[in-house]
Formats: sequence, C-alpha cells, structure tokens
Amino acid sequence: MSLEAGEELATQTFRVTRADLVAYAAAAGDPNPIHQDADVARSVGLPGVIAHGMYTLALAARAVDGWAGAPGRVVELGAKFTKPVVVPAGEDGAEVVVAGTVKKVEDGRATIGLTVTCGADKVLGMPTAVVAL
Amino acid sequence: MVDSSLAGRTFPPPPSLQVTAEAVRAFAAATGTPYAEGEPAPATFPIVVAFVAMQALMGDPEVGIDLSHVIHGEQRFAYERPVVVGDELTATLTVDTLRQIGGADIIGTTSAITDADGALVCTAKATLVHTA
Repeated sequence: MSLEAGEELATQTFRVTRADLVAYAAAAGDPNPIHQDADVARSVGLPGVIAHGMYTLALAARAVDGWAGAPGRVVELGAKFTKPVVVPAGEDGAEVVVAGTVKKVEDGRATIGLTVTCGADKVLGMPTAVVAL
Repeated sequence: MVDSSLAGRTFPPPPSLQVTAEAVRAFAAATGTPYAEGEPAPATFPIVVAFVAMQALMGDPEVGIDLSHVIHGEQRFAYERPVVVGDELTATLTVDTLRQIGGADIIGTTSAITDADGALVCTAKATLVHTA
C-alpha cells in the first residue's frame, strides 16, 4: 500500500438503518433506548432515533481499513461526537459520508484527517486515524 | 454533581471478556465491516470491553452518576496490536479528569485494555458528559 502526504482518499458512503442500530446495540452491549426508540429519544430532546457515536466511528474505521488496504493496520483512531446522526425509520435510514486526506507520512505511519458528514452536518469532531504502512 | 475526589481514582476491572468468533462476527455484521475468519476484529471492537468498565463506573453507587443522563462525548483508541479471536481482554478504568461546567460533569477516562498475559492491547480514552 502507498499513501502519500497530501493525497485525497476516495470518499466512502455508508448507509445506517435502525435495524443496524438494534444489531449494534446487541453486539456492543449498549442498550441505550435513544438509539432504538423514537419516543424515548424525543423525550430527552433529540429529533429522533440517533446512531451510537461509536457506530459512526465504526463506519470511519471501515473507510480507513479500505484506504489502508487491509484490516488491523489502524494504530490510532478517535473523534468527538459533536452532532447526532439521526436515523429515520425504513430501509433508507441515514447516509454517512467519510472523506479523508493524508496529513503526513512519517516513520512508517500515515496520519489521516477525516471529514465525516451526515447531510450538511459534520457529525464527528477532530476525527483522526493513524495507520501503519 | 459528582464529587471532585473522583479524579485520579482507578476502579477494579470488571470480569474479563472472552473474544469469541461469534462476538466479532456479530460486531462486524452490525457495522457492515468486511470480516473473514482469522482476520483482526474491527478497530472499534475494544469499545465492548471498555464500555463494560465505563458502565461499572457509572453504576457505582458511590460515584453518583445517573446513567440515563450520560452522553458519550469523545472516544480515542491507541492500539498496540489488533484484537483477535481468542483474546481475553480486561479493561482497567482510571478517571483522569473531572471538570464541572454549567451544571455538567465532564469526566475524562482512560481504560487500559490488557490481554490474558497482562500485556497492553489498546488504550481507550473516553469523555463522558453527565448532566443533571
């Protein structure tokens, strides 16, 4: 794999549905109902069911694995969960777009700056990934 | 509000987590992550064990956090190696910082995730925002 400083990486688009969130809640052991039940979500002031922040970060990790060429190369990954990904009912769900730019390549590692959006909103704050080359 | 003495405390780790093929498959399927047997677990998989430690912290009656008022504000991982099926992972959580702003507790935590040999696999830093 070759990643070069300044390189714009191919933008990845992922779809997330409420069924995915139900499956994720079970797999991750995070049963918070704001990720499954619209009434509960609205009762705490959210516009509707929202994805787990960690779900969105998992999508960012999928994009990074794709750019790195293989799983298991990520040595750092993180973000702030700044805005919710609202997931409407139905098969269309929500679309999360992950864009990336190689910030630097040094000592066999590439630092990737990410931009993760849902509609017009940046949903992750300061999302970064470092991969071993 | 959470007592300010929380900062600096390390909590006894909850029981360790056996990383089974079934658990990794389910996590990969839920997140749509391509996964084949023998490959590393998805990068965010260590949240499963880190989250157990965070829940133990939040559920500790001495800490006084109402679980339904906690937002996951930030998560960062640093990996020593990928997680693989067969790992037995333990998360030991330390509260690094506690800031109280506008009636909210902002709790900075670090979970050291270690394997059965006690070797560090991953460091998971989480910021939890607790509102009254």
